[in-house]
Amino acid sequence: MSEMDTPNNSTSSEEIPPSEPIIRSFPYRLRIEPRMEEPARWYPFLLFLGALVLALVIGGFLLVLAGGDPLRSYAHIARASFGNIGVISDTIVKATPIIFTGLACSIAFRMHLWNIGAEGQFIMGAFGAGAVVLIPLLPEGTPVWIFIPVMAVAGIVAGAFWGFIPGFLKARLKVNEIITTLMMNYIAIAWINFFIFAVWSEGGFQMTTKFPDNAWLPRLLDYANRIPVFRGLTTHLGFLIGVLAAFVLWYIIFRSRWGYEIRLIGDNPRAAQYAGINIQRNTILVMMVSGALAGLGGMSEVAGVVHRLQTSPIAAGYGFTGIIVAWLAKLNPFGVVLVSILFGALILAGREIQPSGLPKMIQGIILVCLIASDFFIRYRIRFVRLGEEI
Amino acid sequence: MDLIIILHAGVASGTVLLFATLGELFAERSGVINLGVEGMMLIGAMSAYSVALYTGNPWLGVVIAMLAAGLISQIHAFIAITLQADQVVSGLAITFLATGISLVLGEGLSKAGAVSLLPNLSIPLLSQIPLLGAIFFTKQSVLVYIGFLLIPLAWYYIYYTRPGMHLRAVGEYPAAADALGINVFRLRYFYVFLGGILAGLSGATISLAISPGWFSELTTSGQGWIAIGLVIFAQWDPLRAAFGAYAFGALRRLIFDIQGPTTLLGLANPFYYNPYWGFILQMMPYAFTIIVLVIGSREALRKRLGAPAAIGVPYIRGERGL
Repeated sequence: MSEMDTPNNSTSSEEIPPSEPIIRSFPYRLRIEPRMEEPARWYPFLLFLGALVLALVIGGFLLVLAGGDPLRSYAHIARASFGNIGVISDTIVKATPIIFTGLACSIAFRMHLWNIGAEGQFIMGAFGAGAVVLIPLLPEGTPVWIFIPVMAVAGIVAGAFWGFIPGFLKARLKVNEIITTLMMNYIAIAWINFFIFAVWSEGGFQMTTKFPDNAWLPRLLDYANRIPVFRGLTTHLGFLIGVLAAFVLWYIIFRSRWGYEIRLIGDNPRAAQYAGINIQRNTILVMMVSGALAGLGGMSEVAGVVHRLQTSPIAAGYGFTGIIVAWLAKLNPFGVVLVSILFGALILAGREIQPSGLPKMIQGIILVCLIASDFFIRYRIRFVRLGEEI
Repeated sequence: MDLIIILHAGVASGTVLLFATLGELFAERSGVINLGVEGMMLIGAMSAYSVALYTGNPWLGVVIAMLAAGLISQIHAFIAITLQADQVVSGLAITFLATGISLVLGEGLSKAGAVSLLPNLSIPLLSQIPLLGAIFFTKQSVLVYIGFLLIPLAWYYIYYTRPGMHLRAVGEYPAAADALGINVFRLRYFYVFLGGILAGLSGATISLAISPGWFSELTTSGQGWIAIGLVIFAQWDPLRAAFGAYAFGALRRLIFDIQGPTTLLGLANPFYYNPYWGFILQMMPYAFTIIVLVIGSREALRKRLGAPAAIGVPYIRGERGL
């Protein structure tokens, strides 16, 4: 940030497009000019890495200010998240909910629908899945292969419903979806709290009873007696479902007619309208799909990890992290999976790190640097010898 | 449950929303949406509290809070105005960043103990007015009175002064404003800064006056987002914004206080005997925000009112804009 700050901010910002000497008394000057040609394929990737490194440097600097040791903290993060197969598995467990919320955000953002409500949709998905067990909707001895799909459907429906409300308000009444989705997050937290504390509370504790075994997603460690390497690994089926969802979403966005409509609305709503694409209908649909993905993530988390309803591990901010992840991945579904694993590592290792707000701060810095770096895709900076004209 | 006490406290907690809403209103009037309000409020609350703690001077805390939040807002200004990036994403990034920074720097502050708070005072003559005096002018924080002054000032400034006209021009039709010699970029930077300052003041109002202390993210508990919603409800008008802010402040207090007494209007108070209904009550401010937005949007559709035309659109000189 700071490096870019100095050149064009100092001579107030109005003079960007025309060439303007910025560093005087120096035989070269800095020119910022719009990029006419497509940048090379590797260029955005390099920019991404540069922004990431810059973010870590800034984060380290702030860490020093707060009295920490950045190198030790970063080394600790790397060791605690990729050090051995056990922690890699833990990293994947942490990444799984983020994959879902990241995918949820990426499809909505693709249409420039700012769904900030993945958090609430995730919570409602967890609630829906939990309700199947706790009401209970299914008799006690129901086999796993019926229980899990029913929970998944319940999670999807609950999440989609939570996405439908802001989608409908946006499509029909032009109500700003940023605010409504955000408010729905707070409502979802109060909603699930009400059930956890009052309705399904286990003996007055702030959690429900543990789900029966047949409502658990299969985990690697369940197969440890056949494949000994899996002993103690808690990676669950949700990860596979998430990767599968990424494939499906990729196909929808880049290979289907509907995906084309979504991309067209996002890039140029007016052109989409003239092409006869129903924007209202797509707004509602995309919000519902987005909510459904987040809701499925909530189901995967309660059935795969938490195994009960409990506020703090469910409303842990995965929905918000999903926003950053979607953006870092440039809204590409496969990118979401990769970035989610990185962020899973950050969250996993961050739990033991002091001060505890650190992972959140680094996430924020990464996002800020990345957004700022996009400038260099549209513009380039050249050093020009003084007196030399192009 | 005394209605006057609730309204009195409602005016106080409405002041928090008032500052944040007015700040965002100025920024959006100039054409820049800043979704970082929640984060800037947290920065304000955290720095006000810690400065007051270490120096013993709450006023210094307020000033630092305003500067700190103003500084954070300039990151958004740089990204949105100079780098012409998407303002929605940038604002969200600012919220994450500012929340993270205030959590890191505010570590341990919640157990830090009491600080000297801003004084409460009564206004001599005005507090004698029946009813209104007791609600608005008796034993309120100094910041509440600053809020009272700010409303007519903002209103007059936006609609009846030359700089106010420039502000509106920059938000409605930046290319024309530029042609008239108004520095679009400088003005936008300035109003984003003003928005940041007011968000910082709003945060300081929480941590040093209304509900003193630092409770990490719960300090603001989404009020920054409610403020952004209120700007839309207010249709970018400071008087409507003030009305909305105080109404929401009163609502927050009502929800808080309604669970206290054993009887309500002569009947057994259901909220007292079913404490878990509190969760349903907690949803109310957020549900009301959505309702208020729906009302505002319907009205805007009907009257063909709307946001400043250039809102969210970076101004690029020489490009055919709006």
